[in-house]
Amino acid sequence: MADTPESTVNPAAPRTLAEKVWQDHVVVPGEGAGEAQTPDLLYIDLHLVHEVTSPQAFEGLRLAGRPVRRPDLTIATEDHNTPTLEIDKPIADPVSAKQIQTLRDNAREFGIRLHSLGDAEQGIVHVVGPQLGLTQPGMTVVCGDSHTSTHGAFGALAFGIGTSEVEHVLATQTLPLKPFKTMAINVEGTLRDGVTAKDIILAVIAKIGTGGGQGYVLEYRGSAIRSLSMDARMTICNMSIEAGARAGMIAPDETTFEYIKDRPHAPQGQDWDAAVRYWSSLPTDEGASFDAEVFLDADALEPFVTWGTNPGQGVSLSDTVPSPEQFDDPNAQAAAQRALEYMDLAPGTPMKDIRVDTVFLGSCTNSRIEDLRTAASIIQGQAKDEDVRMIVVPGSARVRLQAEAEGLDRVFKDFGAEWRFAGCSMCLGMNPDQLAPGERCASTSNRNFEGRQGKGGRTHLVSPVVAAATAIRGTLSSPSDLTAGQSQFQEA
Amino acid sequence: MEPFARHAGIGVPLKQSNVDTDQIIPAVYLKRITRTGFEDALFAGWRKDPDFVLNREPYSSGSVLVAGPDFGTGSSREHAVWALKDYGFKAVLSARFADIFRGNAGKQGLVAAEVDQQDIELIWKELENHPGTEVIVDLQGRTVTCGAVTAGFQLDDYTRWRLMEGLDDIGLTLRTEAEISAFEAARPPFKPATLPARTA
Ligand code: SF4
Repeated sequence: MADTPESTVNPAAPRTLAEKVWQDHVVVPGEGAGEAQTPDLLYIDLHLVHEVTSPQAFEGLRLAGRPVRRPDLTIATEDHNTPTLEIDKPIADPVSAKQIQTLRDNAREFGIRLHSLGDAEQGIVHVVGPQLGLTQPGMTVVCGDSHTSTHGAFGALAFGIGTSEVEHVLATQTLPLKPFKTMAINVEGTLRDGVTAKDIILAVIAKIGTGGGQGYVLEYRGSAIRSLSMDARMTICNMSIEAGARAGMIAPDETTFEYIKDRPHAPQGQDWDAAVRYWSSLPTDEGASFDAEVFLDADALEPFVTWGTNPGQGVSLSDTVPSPEQFDDPNAQAAAQRALEYMDLAPGTPMKDIRVDTVFLGSCTNSRIEDLRTAASIIQGQAKDEDVRMIVVPGSARVRLQAEAEGLDRVFKDFGAEWRFAGCSMCLGMNPDQLAPGERCASTSNRNFEGRQGKGGRTHLVSPVVAAATAIRGTLSSPSDLTAGQSQFQEA
Repeated sequence: MEPFARHAGIGVPLKQSNVDTDQIIPAVYLKRITRTGFEDALFAGWRKDPDFVLNREPYSSGSVLVAGPDFGTGSSREHAVWALKDYGFKAVLSARFADIFRGNAGKQGLVAAEVDQQDIELIWKELENHPGTEVIVDLQGRTVTCGAVTAGFQLDDYTRWRLMEGLDDIGLTLRTEAEISAFEAARPPFKPATLPARTA
């Protein structure tokens, strides 16, 4: 990101991870400086496509008589509209069916690889890329979907784009872009039991606000981040967009290399060695400076849950629903007031007293194999609260197969949860998986906007750990509440 | 894309912050595969309320939306911009826009003008006291005028130039085809390709 004269004039100056990846992809540098600077033309290494944001882009190509420049750097999957039950039957909703059929037609016409419903590699676009080994450090990755930030967990510069940009990348494999600023999110310390990557990112968002990351690439750093698995790092980078940032990144390290090695599209032989050498040169240099920095103490973190209708409206699970007067800013006050009405919550209510109707385990935030393992380990041998329905939607068909190979599906089914096929599902309710008006849900997804999971539905964003414990108790809970509850029960 | 120089149209006060893309156009409307015809989808949830500003004359025929801060947060859906344009909006004024929304707007010829919240509030007052007042958006001078209120706005030079010229992005980039090909020839061999397909 050549917005400081030093970094262009002196290539040996210390640089951040984001700056390195950016500079390695500049095809045509922008001209001028500061506000007047024209965009850099950036090369795109991987373009992920799904059925919702692509039809109009393909239509644009057809209208202009343009081909797809690099079908070999493009991959498509069906996820947003796909049903999670009876996937062998025709899709009932004619509009969903048409959108999916359009993607199939476009993929065939333009020569793009597509993983369709029923295929073992089908699934949420952000789960599919990494699991195939297509997402690698130092790449530029784009998709017509804001949660493309997920791929930043590998040290890739990955961000969501609009449909015009999708068309632009299809036609040119490049994007004109202005450099982002950089923000370091330092998370030091050790997470307590039952506290997860989801709690880190929800706490970050509550701290900097839903607009706090605007214009920045966030780089998550520090001992707490280093100790996370790739699945957990993806959860964090995934929700960078909820902090207002377009991209989040984590420096590649042994954990990253280990994850990629031997995946279908991992580099082989000499290429692997060359790749690892390059990847190892990417982490932010000693002495490089960020435009902003934020610090978070991992030791102090508790499970985090949202009470409102934007992802920044969250508190620790042991806290109470805040009252609007607690906010200084009049806009935040009004937003809180409106959120409390929509969520039907009274200030002062302990979060743990909030009863839910539904638990949704899924979405590109928390639907990878580790998320399923974590939730399964908590519910194993426990009984589900009778009035709660729990829906488990693996992020991809591959994750589903893996979970079944490990017997996790049995654990979920024995518990009384619904074991579904892969897709976005109740994360945004474009398929039949929706909340009814007034229905309250503990959801491992990423957005709690009004009506996001179904018209009038009320969403509390939670980690898979909290989702599992909540399904057992029926109210927002963590596993530590379970032990307490049980011992009380035994005493009585 | 139509060149944009100056627009005068009825201002619509939308006195809310954090108007996210799910409110601008709910997800159910994303199922369409066309590029036009999204006017019915704009603020579909809120428009069920008869008191919503777009259900009231003369605001219903407005073409300049004057909104609270953090407009267009949430998803990358460009449909949000299409819906605003299809309804007839030419410009949105807000103290702060979500990045992706602003980018999408610039590409589609919708002016996303960043106006100080103080000025937004003055314009709101003007529009409420005198419904039907026109807001004049002057891209050349980067000013908005509404009744007695005149304010400057922020819009980066590049987006402004393209809006004024009505330039198509892809055509612009394809002028550098030689540079793109040279870049491709120098890409490291270890970079992955999706084809031929390998699966687990
Ligand atoms: S799971 Fe949800 S957030 Fe992720 S891509 Fe699908 S709809 Fe978007």
